[in-house]
Amino acid sequence: MNTIVISYKPLYAVLVSLVGAFFILFTSEKRQNLREAWTFIAAFIKFGIVISMLPVILHGKIIKLTLVELAPGLSLMFKVDFFGIIFGLVASGLWIVTSLYSIGYMRGLKEHAQNRYFFAFALCLSATMGIAFSGNLLTFYLFYEMLTIATYPLVTHNEDEEAVKAGRKYLTYTLTAGVLLLFAIGATYIYAGTLEFTPGGFLKGHNISIGMLQILLVAYLIGCGVKAGVMPFHAWLPSAMVAPTPVSALLHAVAVVKAGVFGCVRIIAYVFGPVLLKDIHMWLIVAYFVSFTIIVSSLFALASDNLKRRLAFSTISQLSYIILGAALLSKSSLTGSILHIPNHAYMKITLFFCAGAIFVKTGKKNISEMDGIGRQMPFTMLAFTLASFGMVGIPPLCGFISKWYLCLGTLQAHEIFFLFVLLTSAVLNAAYFFPIVYAAFFRKPAEATGVAEASIPLVLPLSITVVMAVIFGIFPNFLFHFFDLARNAATSIITGM
Amino acid sequence: MMQQAPALTIAILLLTAFWVPIFGMVKRESAYYISLTAMFFSFLAACATLYAVVTTGPIHYRMGGWPPPWGIEFVIDYLNAGVLVLISLISLLTTVSAKKSVEREIHRSKWPLFWSLYLLLVMSLMGMTETGDMFNMYVYLEVSSLTAYGLIAMGEKGALMASFNYVILGSVGASFYLLGVGYLYIATGSLNMADLSKILPSIYRSKVIFTAFAFFIVGIGLKMGLFPLHMWLPDAYTHAPSAISTLIAPTMTKVSAYVFFRIILTVFNPHFSWEVIPAATLLRWIAAVGIIYGSIMAIAQKDIKRMLAYSSISQIGYIVLGIALANRMGLIGGALHIFSHAFAKGSLFMVVMAVIYKTGIRNIDDFKGLNRKMPFTMAAFCLAAFSMVGVPPTAGFFSKWYLVLGTVAGKYWWLTAVILASSLLNAVYFFRIIEKIYFSSFVDLVTGGSGGHEHHELPAVAVAEAPLMMLVPILLMAAGILAVGLFNTQIIHHLLQFIVPKGLA
Repeated sequence: MNTIVISYKPLYAVLVSLVGAFFILFTSEKRQNLREAWTFIAAFIKFGIVISMLPVILHGKIIKLTLVELAPGLSLMFKVDFFGIIFGLVASGLWIVTSLYSIGYMRGLKEHAQNRYFFAFALCLSATMGIAFSGNLLTFYLFYEMLTIATYPLVTHNEDEEAVKAGRKYLTYTLTAGVLLLFAIGATYIYAGTLEFTPGGFLKGHNISIGMLQILLVAYLIGCGVKAGVMPFHAWLPSAMVAPTPVSALLHAVAVVKAGVFGCVRIIAYVFGPVLLKDIHMWLIVAYFVSFTIIVSSLFALASDNLKRRLAFSTISQLSYIILGAALLSKSSLTGSILHIPNHAYMKITLFFCAGAIFVKTGKKNISEMDGIGRQMPFTMLAFTLASFGMVGIPPLCGFISKWYLCLGTLQAHEIFFLFVLLTSAVLNAAYFFPIVYAAFFRKPAEATGVAEASIPLVLPLSITVVMAVIFGIFPNFLFHFFDLARNAATSIITGM
Repeated sequence: MMQQAPALTIAILLLTAFWVPIFGMVKRESAYYISLTAMFFSFLAACATLYAVVTTGPIHYRMGGWPPPWGIEFVIDYLNAGVLVLISLISLLTTVSAKKSVEREIHRSKWPLFWSLYLLLVMSLMGMTETGDMFNMYVYLEVSSLTAYGLIAMGEKGALMASFNYVILGSVGASFYLLGVGYLYIATGSLNMADLSKILPSIYRSKVIFTAFAFFIVGIGLKMGLFPLHMWLPDAYTHAPSAISTLIAPTMTKVSAYVFFRIILTVFNPHFSWEVIPAATLLRWIAAVGIIYGSIMAIAQKDIKRMLAYSSISQIGYIVLGIALANRMGLIGGALHIFSHAFAKGSLFMVVMAVIYKTGIRNIDDFKGLNRKMPFTMAAFCLAAFSMVGVPPTAGFFSKWYLVLGTVAGKYWWLTAVILASSLLNAVYFFRIIEKIYFSSFVDLVTGGSGGHEHHELPAVAVAEAPLMMLVPILLMAAGILAVGLFNTQIIHHLLQFIVPKGLA
């Protein structure tokens, strides 16, 4: 068994941005610098707290904190394990760069209601930390719903008709998913009497009928899958692209959809567990289901001219890689799946940052208008190119490593079909990313412009994230030990320890 | 003094209600301050009662020292001690926040009368909560109805008709209840609840008892606005003075719901209510239909008070559903929902009162952009709305959680679906308003041909918050929503777990 360390750090990690959020809210709308200072202070403290937990976790210990009883027998419980800290590190680390980027973006466009924007952003991060570190399903649900609500003001930020509609769509999907999740959690509690995440699952051996377990799994996976954009529950995600670009980046890379896949993996690996999932004959069904998403959403991406929309469909496809990896239940596929969470985050956030930088600088949203844009914005487009190579899975970018393990995993699971799914998807990725790169660098712009990059707060974050994406490709254990964490998490799930 | 606390809770209000019109004749403004003081002391007495119950166990208070079953007895156990403080606290906060609204909506000459009736109404609700005697319950029930008729009739145009409707239906309900009491008295010769619960089991198969039970369910159901006996409720809530909607919405239906618990679980025992008469099956259906009906009707409303009224009908369904689930989690969920809904609905009506006072807005469409005018009030509105939808960690989430557990434990899957569907419907009608309040600044602006989001400047709106006397109670109520949510375990541990009959899973 793992040694358990009791520490308040996970609570602090959640609270720091919650408190920060209220500092932001009560700052005058006009005092930009102060507001941004609060954001940065909260972001750095949060990152510091999370990273200070890393050595303990790497030593194979688990940080646990049981707080008030939420309901008789069910506490608000935080538990930091290999898997949780990966998500915590990704989200808190990327919050810093996203904040910098937000500042550039919001100032650049002189946006309204910036207080509300930064307030909701900080709340989102608080909820995300809660999700990453939650030790049982009820705690998870609490933060999961908090995230749903906190993201809503960001989606409707523009306050025009399109944004309001997107907001409604977002709420319809996520709240419906929320009640399904609530049902599943309630039923789990009644049947199993516990809700605590355990590597390898806790639902085994509670004498629950197979039919009931199948219903529960479906309810759980839809509940989390809606946020993860699994088809056919994805429609809210492309609509939510009306939000400001940093929000899209947050949605796609840092918090919301990642919370969805994180939840799916938690359910598969820490609630049901590999053994039970095979016993109830569901693992292949889940795998085929998400394979459909992987291929079809790539086709949708091919057909979209709006850059952000294309990226959105790309996200939908990539997230299903993660769920596929978890559903295949082999050690390598789980490693690849978990590793794809940070890797995809760094690459996708770069791509969104690039799309936003182009929009702020030139006002262009559509790929067909972007001929020759690489000459005008060389740094941005270079980053875009590298990140899209990573999405396709070309070494030495980090996307290669996670995909390599996913492919290995399909072989370990003796399911060759999914290898073809992954490879086909890689080809499709290339088919929708490379034309953008080609047009940006090798087509002549409509009107000749010199080099005119976006402002530093926009270019710096995207440079940082793309450099990180390259470094993680060459040294997967650089700084955060993502690779070791992912492998240890996979081992603990397989061995059930 | 401490021993007299249960009697003091109502005696203070009763005696003050008598003096208010007299002092009011001398100086109209004094009516309010005298009433407020009385409410405050009554609240203290309620707190003392709760403290005594939690520390030393249930209290049997004999009025005038006459022993039951002849004398009237107040029996305060864990459940009604909690409800007593809840009612008292919410009435007190409503009294504080109602001052300005009453001064605006009620003619000056009627102030003493208004506050006198107001005190009597609160007194009768607290009496209903405390009494251990079936006939005494009837008396309080009638007092609460009569005062409510009068108070509702003081409202805007349409209030008279609403009040008249309520008079008719309320009288039918009260008569039904009285008939039930009469039947029980004929059959047993007793009116004391504890006494009845001892005598009744031997004659459970008697038709008289069946009839009495049915009369009670219908009579109390009418009083609490249980579907399909809710006809009086929407009009009454809509047209009553704002202060009265705010008072009766969170308290009156909740007290009736408590009486419902009391009759089903204490006077009759669960064996009778659930097995001899299949009341639970019937109530499950009624509750489920009521939950969905109330939610759908709420979506269709334009007037915010009317919308909240229909939402109340739906929420009463939750409480009754909790009872009708007839298992541990269901009962706890239903009882907790009395608390969570009281705070949530109370805050919502207080917010509406503040909005009407400040801006005169009633129509939901006019709520647009209100967040910049009344930021704190609207924040409280959101919190209360989240509780109604059931977003954790608000109170509404936890009562919903226990109810869902109850439906799962009883394998009533269709009821699980009803609860979950209703929380989505609640989300529809509350987020529709939240969207108006916060996110609709640019919806009507015609965007230029290029489309996309241009950087509009928000028109400057001066903050014009509700006066502090309204705002502070609103924020306290909102804090109450969070407190009930976060400390629900304590509430269940100290108060609600005792309502679950022994041996019930």
